[in-house]
Parts: sequence; C-alpha cells; structure tokens
Amino acid sequence: MMQYIPYNIPFIAVALLVGVALFIIVFKRNLIKIVMGIAILEAGVNLFLVTLGYRAGGVAPIYTVTPEGTMVLPVPQALTLTSIVIGVSVIALMLTMVMYIYRHMGDADSRKSRLLRG
Amino acid sequence: MSVVTYGYAVWSPIIWLVVLLVIAAIALYVRSRGQKRYKKGTAQTDVFISGIKVPPTEQRHVPAHNIYWGFFEALKGFYSAMMRPHTGILNDYMLWLVAVMAITVLVLIIVI
Amino acid sequence: MEFLTVHSPILIVAIPLLAAFIAPLISRIGNKFRDTVNVALLGFVTLLIAILAIDVYTNGTRIYTLGAAVPEMAIPENYMVPIRIMFQVDGISMFMGLTTTVVMLAALVYSLNFLKGQTGQDRFYSLLMLLYVGMIGLEFTGDMFNLFVFLEILSIAGAGLAAYRTNLADAVEGGFKYIVISAVSALLVLFAIGILYGQYNLLSIAALAQNMQFNTLDMIALAMLAIAFVMKLAGVPLHMWAPDTYAVAPAGITPMIYTSSAASMYALYRVTFTLYGGHFDTTAIGWIVIILGVLSMFIGVMMAIHQTDIKRLMAYHAISQSGYMLLGVGVGLAVLNDPAALANYGRDAMNGGIFHIINNALYKGMLFLTAEAIFFRIGTRDLNKMGGLGHNMKWTTIFFIIGALAISGIPPFNGFASKLLIYESVFRFNPLLSVIAMFVSLVTLASFTKVFYSAFTGPEMPAYKEVREVPRSMLIGMGIMVACIIFFSIFPGLVVDTIVAPATDALIDQAGYINGVMGAAP
Repeated sequence: MMQYIPYNIPFIAVALLVGVALFIIVFKRNLIKIVMGIAILEAGVNLFLVTLGYRAGGVAPIYTVTPEGTMVLPVPQALTLTSIVIGVSVIALMLTMVMYIYRHMGDADSRKSRLLRG
Repeated sequence: MSVVTYGYAVWSPIIWLVVLLVIAAIALYVRSRGQKRYKKGTAQTDVFISGIKVPPTEQRHVPAHNIYWGFFEALKGFYSAMMRPHTGILNDYMLWLVAVMAITVLVLIIVI
Repeated sequence: MEFLTVHSPILIVAIPLLAAFIAPLISRIGNKFRDTVNVALLGFVTLLIAILAIDVYTNGTRIYTLGAAVPEMAIPENYMVPIRIMFQVDGISMFMGLTTTVVMLAALVYSLNFLKGQTGQDRFYSLLMLLYVGMIGLEFTGDMFNLFVFLEILSIAGAGLAAYRTNLADAVEGGFKYIVISAVSALLVLFAIGILYGQYNLLSIAALAQNMQFNTLDMIALAMLAIAFVMKLAGVPLHMWAPDTYAVAPAGITPMIYTSSAASMYALYRVTFTLYGGHFDTTAIGWIVIILGVLSMFIGVMMAIHQTDIKRLMAYHAISQSGYMLLGVGVGLAVLNDPAALANYGRDAMNGGIFHIINNALYKGMLFLTAEAIFFRIGTRDLNKMGGLGHNMKWTTIFFIIGALAISGIPPFNGFASKLLIYESVFRFNPLLSVIAMFVSLVTLASFTKVFYSAFTGPEMPAYKEVREVPRSMLIGMGIMVACIIFFSIFPGLVVDTIVAPATDALIDQAGYINGVMGAAP
C-alpha cells in the first residue's frame, strides 16, 4: 500500500488544489478572491492533464539527437497549453469586470454588490 | 405536409383555421343583426366607473405588481420560501453547483 | 459546388472567424461599409449552411477531418483510432446549426440600428461573430476537447457582450456572474475529459463510445459532464444566474445567449445519448433529466409571474421552456433500452422536445427583441411605469401578441404543435408529468397577459405621447423571426418530417454515429 504513494503524489496535489479552489469560490466574499479561486482551480486541472501524460520509459517526440526509447504522443501537453491560454483570457476578462463593478459600487464584496436579486 | 401525426391522432393547423373562419363568420353574422343605434364621440363612449369622477390616466392604469394580487396573497408562504434561495449572491450559486454535483455522483455510483 | 459541399463544415467556422478578426480594420473605412461586409459574410455563411443541410439530409452524416489528405478520411494510415480533430455533422448537429443561424441573422439585422451612437461598435461585431463561431463549432464537433474549447469561446464572447453597456452598473454585474459560472463549469468539463482521456487515451466521441466500459470513474465523469452542462443551460436548481444575465444584455445578444444555452443542451444530449448510450441502462440518468425538467418548468414559471422587470420575466420563461425540452428528451432517454415503449411514445416525446428547441429559440428570441424595442424607446424596463404603448407601437404589439400566444401553446401556432407532442407522449409514460406541464402552460399564458396589459393596453399615458415605432432594421430583425414562426405554424408536418425526425434518429442510433467514423477506414 505504501509503495503506491510516491506514484500518486501529483494526484493528491490535484485533489488538494481543486478542493481548496472550490472552498474559496463558495465561501470567500471578496470578488478578487473568487477570481483567485478560479485561477487555482485552473492550475489544478492543468496539473491533472499533465500528470496523465506520464509514460514510464518514454522519450520526447523530438527527432534530433534522439535517445533510445519509444516516443510519446504529445496530446496531453497540447491540451494543457490550450487550457492555459484560455485560462489567461478568462481571468483577464473577469478582472476587468471586477474593476468596473468596483468603480460603480465602491465595494468589491459579493454580498453588497448584488443589484439583481429575487 | 402540414399535418403532424402522433400516436393515433392528428394535428392539422389548416383544418383548425378553416373551422375558426367558419365560426368567426357565424359570429359576425349574429353581431350584424344587433343594435345599430350607437353614436361615436358622444357621452356613450366615455369611461364609466360606477358614476364616480374618473381619475387621470396615470392613476387609472393598474400597476403590474398589483394585477394578480389574490394569487400572490394566497400563495404568500410559497413565495416567501422561494425568495429565500434567490439571493443574488455569487457564492450561493457555486454552493448549489457543488451540492448538486455531489448528489448526482453519489446517485450514479450507487444505482449503477 | 462539390468543393463547397465537401469543405462547408470548416468554411462555416472559418468565415465568421475571419470576419471577427478583420472587423476593427474594416471599421476604419466607415460604419456602413462594416455593416455591409458583416451582413454579406453572414449571408454567404447562411448559403453554406443551406448547402450542408441539403447534403446531410439526403446523404447522411458528413465528416470533415482537419489536416487529412482527403477530408472524409477519419482514421490516418496505419492507425486504428482517429487522431486528428474532426467535425462530424449528423441530423441533430444540423438541426442546431439551422437554429443558431436563424437567430444570428435576426440578431445581426436588429443590432444594426440599435447600436447607433454607442462607442466600441467594432468590438461588438467582433465578439458577436466569435459567439457565432463558438456555437457552430460546439454543434459540429466530433471531438471532446474541441467541445471544451468552443464552449469556452462562446462563454467568453457571451460574457463580453452581456457586459457591453459598461456605463450601467447592473450590466457589468450580470456579465461577471455569467463568466464565473461558465469558467467553473467549463473547468469541471475539462476535468471530466481528463478522466476519460486518462483511461482510454482517446478524445474522439465515436472512438470513446465504442470503448466505453462504464466503471466507477466513467460514472463520475458522466455526473460532472451532465451537471456542468445543466448549469450552462440554466436548469433549476442551477438557474439563478440566468435572469441576471439575460436581463442586462443589449438587444440581439439575449437571443444569442439564450441559444448558446440551447447549444449546451445539445452538448448534454450528445454526451448522454451518444457517448454513454449503447449497452447501458439509461433509466437512472433519464429520470434525473426528467426531474430537472419538471423542476425547471414549475419553478421557472412561478417565479416569472412574480417579476416586475420585463426582461427578467422573460428570462424566467426561458428557463421554464427549457424544462419542456428536458422533459421531452428525458422521457426518450429513460425508455431508450425498451424497444416497444420507444416505438410507441419515446420517439414522439423526443420529436416534441427537439421541435420545441427551434420553436422556443424563435418565439423567445422575438419576445426578447420586442422587450428591448420598448426599452429603446422608453428607457426603462420596469412594468409598473409602462402603459398604453399599443397606441403608437403597432408593429411591436402585433409581434408581441404572436409571440405570447405561441409561447403559451395556443393553437394554431408552432408552440401548440410541439407541446401537444410532449403532452401526449409523456402522458403515456407517467400522467402526473403531463398534468404539471399543462398547468405550467396555463400560468405562462397568465403571466404574458400581465405583460400585455401593463405594457401595451390601457389609456395613452401623457409621458409616452411622443413615443414612435422603432426603426426599420429592428422591425426587419423581428420580422424574420415572425415569418419563420408563421411558416412553422402552418406547416408543422413538413418541419417534423424534414428536420426533427432525422435529429431524433441521429440521437437514438448510436451505432450509426460510430460507424460513420470507425467504419470509414481509408
């Protein structure tokens, strides 16, 4: 049982990151902290995607000065790069909107800045 | 082309429109044999509210939140229970998401 | 012509993307030039959609593989599984594509006049084209990760557009809520895609459906995918963001954001019917969808009749009508493995649910456009302050009456046809659900009577004496939708046989979807 733990450390880290991120998004009131929570959630999911791509004894698919071994398909790395770029643009958009909300309401608190309710 | 079949029955809007035209023709005929002594522009076409003085236009039109007063009064308990989750706070929306996802995961794992 | 047919899936995605990126450059020449170019490019895309629709409905599923020597070659040489990004257009994808294009045409024509005097118009059109690309890409894709990418594209474009009027405080708040909801849902979708990829090393939907083993991890992935899509389509109890966002979006954008919720519903059906169909007892997930549908219908309409803000009221009605679609297709999902029940009432229920998608996009979109026409002339959305607008805004009143009768399911409109299909078939599944559906229809009519009385009838208010009818391009935008509504009302049989029945067959027939890809060896 104990010999499985070093292999599973990245997955435990993913579970911790996603758990902390969901806790922040549900319980923290400041809008900027909610945006930080989404950034941590994104980091957790990206780590999950990269960890899935590990193959023991594999070699990077580069054709110059190739060492011995089977080359891996670079699909999970491609998925992670796409996800990181999407994450950057989403966080930029969210921070711009928080700025406008602060300018209008004077307060970046999710309990106070709720004009729309009911 | 204009007929939808479901189960053992049929819905055809063209037949419905034809029936509507026939009934409308009958209704217009019956109406045309009625009273013709009616003069527009005289006191016969003014607003009449049981003889009291007619208030100006803004006060005469019933505002929207008073229209279904009886319905809302009867269902007051239901509506106060419904307004409590609809807070408008973003954190509560996320709490619903996490809770419903947890319940669905449990249901799907246990049932299947 | 052959070139256009073969390459149409990628051209339909690429041309609006090009239009989105060159919109700021074209705006330097002039506003009218930019409007003309946008309308011309969208007209060409509509022509391509028509060509693709004729091809899909006569020849079957069309596959387009990006980067292959021949576009129909799904699996590369010496490989066993599809590796490249693929577009796969079958009956239901084409149905959703048609819905999206009609709503986009109306929204674009409506926005031409609505934005007079606003700044940043070139970015508005850029984002609108990106929103269209996101929706069409989501509907045409045959690949799970591509689904995630297009889902994010449409969320970002939609949120940017919802918060377009940054001078109003509630607009930015509505846009912020939309982007937070969408970001969290999309990240959970990506997590589920990661779980599926880690097990099977495959991303293509057809290949995953063939190798699916239905163990515990797959059930966790199904739950995450389904609930994330339910949150994006605003089903109760995850619906609370929808009235906030739909109410503050500018004109023409609310129908598009509403149609992007319908696209998320398509993604939900794609995952439950095609990815997890097959030798799998779908009764449990079918009942979950039915319960969510009934809750959406009931709570949506009871909250709607209480509102005094006209666009919030219509947004709650949008949530309630989504419940009808979930109910109809959920009944089909629950009886998927029971051939007698499926032939008896399952197909009719799914026909009703899917027909309701396009009906609802048309009349709900048009009702949103009439509400924005009122806001354009008066400047307020509060029903308590309105009155007697029918004296001056005659065309808007007529369009509103047609939309309100259609949404309540009054004959002879198309709403009645699809609701009748849902009532009759759901009654044979479980009578109580049908009774709830009819009650919801009644309360829908009651709440639209309230809006009609408050806004349009009544004596002429002195404050609104100078209100005139809205400009002509807005009337044309609404007129496109009304023409489609009247066409669908008089010829429902034509629509059901040509467009809806192939969509139902495409959803039920999972083996055909898989064979379209895996059987197409070079």
